[in-house]
Amino acid sequence: MDLLFSLVINGLMLGSLYAMVSVGLTLIFGITKVINFAHGEFMMIGMMLTYIITTYLGIHPYLTLVFVVPLLFLLGIVVQKYLIEPLKDSDEHIQIFATVGLSIAMINLVLMLAGSNNFNTPSSGLRETLGLGAATVLTGQVVIMLCSIFMVGGLHLFLTKTQMGRAIRATAQNRNAAQLMGINVSRINMVTFGIGIACVGIAAVLLSPLYPVNAQTGQSFVLIAFVIVVMGGLGSIAGAFYAALIIGLVDAFAGFYLGSSLKDVAVFGIFLLVLIFRPSGLFGNARKLAHVS
Amino acid sequence: MLQLNNVTSGYGATTILHDLSLEVKEGEVVTIVGGNGAGKTTTLRTVSGLIETTSGSITFEGEDITHLPAHQVVDRGITLIPEARQLFSEMSVLENIQMGAYRTAAKSQYNQRLEEVLTLFPRVKERLQQRAESLSGGEQQMVAIARGMMACPKLLMFDEPSLGLAPIVVSQVFEVVKQIAKSGTTVLIVEQNVNQTLKVADRAYVIENGKIVMNGQAQELMGDDHIRKAYLGI
Ligand SMILES: Nc1ncnc2c1ncn2[C@@H]1O[C@H](COP(=O)(O)OP(=O)(O)OP(=O)(O)O)[C@@H](O)[C@H]1O
Ligand SMILES: [Mg+2]
Repeated sequence: MDLLFSLVINGLMLGSLYAMVSVGLTLIFGITKVINFAHGEFMMIGMMLTYIITTYLGIHPYLTLVFVVPLLFLLGIVVQKYLIEPLKDSDEHIQIFATVGLSIAMINLVLMLAGSNNFNTPSSGLRETLGLGAATVLTGQVVIMLCSIFMVGGLHLFLTKTQMGRAIRATAQNRNAAQLMGINVSRINMVTFGIGIACVGIAAVLLSPLYPVNAQTGQSFVLIAFVIVVMGGLGSIAGAFYAALIIGLVDAFAGFYLGSSLKDVAVFGIFLLVLIFRPSGLFGNARKLAHVS
Repeated sequence: MLQLNNVTSGYGATTILHDLSLEVKEGEVVTIVGGNGAGKTTTLRTVSGLIETTSGSITFEGEDITHLPAHQVVDRGITLIPEARQLFSEMSVLENIQMGAYRTAAKSQYNQRLEEVLTLFPRVKERLQQRAESLSGGEQQMVAIARGMMACPKLLMFDEPSLGLAPIVVSQVFEVVKQIAKSGTTVLIVEQNVNQTLKVADRAYVIENGKIVMNGQAQELMGDDHIRKAYLGI
């Protein structure tokens, strides 16, 4: 019983970390229809920034949020405006090549500047363990869990209760009609891309005290993030959140019972089963890929 | 108010409108009639900036709007209620109506306009919280009109507002068009229902193959032999 409880808690901790990484990816896809293959690299850049700012300014890693999140928001806007937007009338494949190319460029830029070294952001006590009943977790993991709930809830409120949020959803549902309302669709795409990247920036800051970062770190997260986005029903934020928790649980249980070498088999096995029986994802609706709520 | 001067436009390499000129004066109700594929929708989409004008010019209130992007055309005060409604299907009726008032000039008049629109469409008022896609076709058309009105446009363009509606609802729609015109909004309307449209319109243009082939007072055109044969089936 204690073991079960401990596995569930650890699964949920891992799942909420995955959720934080995936939410921005699904938002960007849901609204702008761009598959952002560089998503993991934006996170890696965010973690690098967190490391640099923390060590050079000697501040608590969480305080870097005030630098990293706006920087990544701007970076997202720049990428949308100068890389994706100019390709809007070309084939979907071209956009995919563009984000894949961006991902490769970002990895190599970091390799060039920093080599393949691991960088450890000071943990500032966030790796200390905390007893939650029978389970043991890291303080930093609890913060991630709480923040992932705030992030999903905050995005939901933003999208449903603000004028900008409604304009974003309207654009996703009917681009032409949105223009006829006076919505500047290019601007909406830019803001959405910026928000999606800012979200992965938050994940990067919270993750940094717990995991070392190197040029390849983005790659190790992005595959699972894509699995989650597809499972959650492509573009659904709530769907991605639940899918991430499920994947976190599968990961924890499979890791314990099957061993770490086989747990990926379990994760992708579940993914394939979902795709076979619910091709539009667990929470998706085959007709509406742009469902954001 | 609105002038199209020798406008040419189309889709990609296909030119649909050829040297098309027309004018809508302030306070008028003008209609464009023509058969399927004549270019009526294309004309309205060109004015709204959804389609690029390849040659010629469009002016509105004396200013050139030929190459403005669609959202800026809306800012100037031209709103199109598009063919086939084009609602935000997964949003509530109220949210659809709120989106209509996205234009800056509409925001200050939101409450007053909302009340006007809901008085005009009591059926819409009863369904504000429903998802747009769950409404009947006629109700959706009313929401589309209400949404367009929320922008408080100076020129309101309708693309086939009566398409697919039951005769009784069609009459309601024309009644609403009349009321909108009476309240001072200029109207440009495209309709298959030529008979009823000519009754509410001041002037009419006849379009064939992307060209204006005839124009005049709506009353006169109703008596014209060519019009009667081609569009009124008499
Ligand atoms: N997206 C498009 N791409 C290419 N051609 C198009 C497109 N939309 C319309 N056309 C063509 O443009 C021509 C004019 O179409 P338009 O929609 O303006 O006609 P319409 O007068 O509104 O007809 P209807 O009464 O059937 O609505 C048609 O020949 C049509 O096939
Ligand atoms: Mg048409």
